[in-house]
Amino acid sequence: MSEVVVGHDHHDDDDHHHGPAKGIARWLFTTNHKDIGTLYLWFSFAMFLIGGCMALVIRTELFEPGLQFVDPEFFNQMTTNHGLIMVFGAIMPAFVGLANWLIPMQLGAPDMALPRMNNLSFWILPFAFGLMLSTLFMEGGGPNFGWTFYAPLSTTYAPDSVTFFIFAVHMMGASSIMGSINIIATILNMRAPGMTFMKMPLFCWTWLITAYLLIAVMPVLAGAVTMMLFDIHFGTSFFSAAGGGDPVMFQHIFWFFGHPEVYIMILPAFGIVSAIIPTFARKPLFGYDSMVYATASIAFLSFIVWAHHMFTVGMPLAGQLFFMYSTMFIAVPTGVKVFNWVATMWQGSMTFETPMLFAIAFVVLFTMGGFSGLMLAITPADYQYHDTYFVVAHFHYVLVPGALFSIIAAVYFWLPKWCGNMYDESLGKLHFWLSFVGVNVTFFPQHFSGLAGMPRRIPDYALQFADFNMISSMGAFLFGFSQLLFMYIVIKAIRSGKPATGQVWEGAHGLEWTIPSPAPYHTFTTPPVVSDSNAHN
Amino acid sequence: MANSQENPNYYVPESSWYPVGIAAAVFCLILGLGNFLNDIKSGGDGSLFMSLLGLALIFTVLYFWYGTVIRENESGIVNTQLKKSYVWGMGWFIFSEVMFFAAFFGALFYARVLAVSWLGGEGGKGITGEYLWPEFKPEWPVMTNPNPELFPGPAENMQAPSTASAWAKYLPLWNTVILLSSSWTVHMAHSAIKNSKRGAIKFWLGLTVLLGCIFLVLQAEEYIHAYQELGLTLETGIYGSTFFILTGFHGFHVTLGTLILAVSLYRVFRGHFNHEDCFGFEAASWYWHFVDVVWVCLFFFVYIF
Repeated sequence: MSEVVVGHDHHDDDDHHHGPAKGIARWLFTTNHKDIGTLYLWFSFAMFLIGGCMALVIRTELFEPGLQFVDPEFFNQMTTNHGLIMVFGAIMPAFVGLANWLIPMQLGAPDMALPRMNNLSFWILPFAFGLMLSTLFMEGGGPNFGWTFYAPLSTTYAPDSVTFFIFAVHMMGASSIMGSINIIATILNMRAPGMTFMKMPLFCWTWLITAYLLIAVMPVLAGAVTMMLFDIHFGTSFFSAAGGGDPVMFQHIFWFFGHPEVYIMILPAFGIVSAIIPTFARKPLFGYDSMVYATASIAFLSFIVWAHHMFTVGMPLAGQLFFMYSTMFIAVPTGVKVFNWVATMWQGSMTFETPMLFAIAFVVLFTMGGFSGLMLAITPADYQYHDTYFVVAHFHYVLVPGALFSIIAAVYFWLPKWCGNMYDESLGKLHFWLSFVGVNVTFFPQHFSGLAGMPRRIPDYALQFADFNMISSMGAFLFGFSQLLFMYIVIKAIRSGKPATGQVWEGAHGLEWTIPSPAPYHTFTTPPVVSDSNAHN
Repeated sequence: MANSQENPNYYVPESSWYPVGIAAAVFCLILGLGNFLNDIKSGGDGSLFMSLLGLALIFTVLYFWYGTVIRENESGIVNTQLKKSYVWGMGWFIFSEVMFFAAFFGALFYARVLAVSWLGGEGGKGITGEYLWPEFKPEWPVMTNPNPELFPGPAENMQAPSTASAWAKYLPLWNTVILLSSSWTVHMAHSAIKNSKRGAIKFWLGLTVLLGCIFLVLQAEEYIHAYQELGLTLETGIYGSTFFILTGFHGFHVTLGTLILAVSLYRVFRGHFNHEDCFGFEAASWYWHFVDVVWVCLFFFVYIF
């Protein structure tokens, strides 16, 4: 941890800026990174609840074998929209919201580099998701082809609403690209004097690399949906073999986007955990440099592993071998990270406040998700696991106790800095244990039903899977309703929590902890001086 | 950073209605376009009113937004550090555009090299093609599609001719010459700005805009030729699909580039840009060079090989 020295009293330097505007205008027209961060976080929480309700519809139907509650057609719309909303509406905007709040404060910058564009990247999202959710009420129903929208299910056989789905994806992509350009420009250009690259908090590093991935692959997704649009409306044959195209080509293009996308949803989580664990272990992060290099390696590898999602579509043996080995290779830099987190805790003076509990759960459960990923990477074994609940268990382990736990940990960790009040620690711990138990009860049994051959994306199943599904559904309701407790804890902290100090956590280091809590509307309008004394972070 | 020391006050704009205005206008455009396309598909007449309104609103807001940015720059509140943010912003935007075209080039290469030959029966996946469409011959350009009833092939294609006399009448060659010269003229305009020669700026930049327009006219001419005489349309299978999506999106980008350069030209007449501060123009010229490089790739991989 670097010992940052703030050269002068910067937070009173507010002479040429005003406070926030009043009423709704503040939120519609704001250029302030903290306001925009708040907007992103509340928006993603709303999407998380909507996507969560869809998950509960799915789990309700799967509680028992047979068709009880919803039509298979509607079930398909639920699986599709649950995935799309959680990926593009909940996880990604939450990370962008955290980036907005934290990156300028961690770098000693007055705001994001391009504040008006920042507002634009946010306000596109409610329109995009409004459009996407509205498709559920259209004639013929909403998207029903899975969140990966493989052609020809999403072209030849798609409901008419797919046109709006395509445009919604275009808008989300534009939002992500602008957000990423902003983050890169901020990190490259707005660091306070003395904040060299290798002193940046890891959250900034992981976001820098994530933003690069986003700019590299979101346009490819835009290209993929554009080709879908042309196949549907203009008679082209990109994804139709009858015209010389290839439906498998869609999968290649989609996963060229999709695999880096997986890391887009986990790299910022690595940055968050790398901030929380040292704080509560009261030790500097072990192996800062190797964390940076490991993140960069993972990002590089993410571009050359995409076909491991499609081992069973039929591809040349050389291709299968290449994608199997390159995928397994990712375990090396990821292993470096897990080792470093554990080594950071080794012999630390640990305390277990709520953010730390979520961070430790992240390390353990994300690693489990990583191991099941390694199992899936083995091509011959994947022939058995492909499109089963084992895959569902795998990616929910990396996304729920992985990405989502890190976001929750970040909210508990930085909330006192944002709103100036502490959350209720006992309720926080209760929320953690309910979530921890709920998530494992939900997803652990899915490994077994998957290995036994239960296919994913079906509303009904063979009797032999009944027990595991019932357990899974009970866990899902436990986990889902625990998140209402989370909302209650956050609102309670904002309205009536005990005032927090500027430092908040005894072991916290970094520029954001040198300013008062709550953070003033404008921080670091003149850059702080960061001493180049000792270590990183 | 050195800049922040010499200019401690990074200008953070006050709240602004432009971004949310653009977001709403984009929504209007997209909702209108979606309704239009679905209406046409189900046999209706379709109305473009809403999408055109959205487009008009986008341009209106952009007019105010750019006007504000230009005024801020002219007033001197924009320090060197903020200017650098604009430079990074433009650079990474162009990178995103590169990746957008990469998706379509990827589709072209995948279709040409893998999909078509597999459909023709080659390799481990060839059995499917052989079973479904035994008479399909793999070739590029694909003139007869695997299922000619569903996707009738083009009568002729756009491939480069083999004789020198035919080359002289080959429109894509002239388009290449035009775009490459326009990259040079925009560079001359840049040199003129750096040497503070106002007259020369107007000449070279005006010439660049003119070349851009000529390119677009010739491209339209080529499309008319393809649709009316060659029977090459979007619906003629994978060759037509890749041909039109690549050249079409390129043409769309040339249109945007020409517009941006025209705005720069207007600003030159208004007395904007000097040898120290001309990033508005430089960004436009970067974009223009990028569009030019894409064309060179297109010329090689879509037309010649």
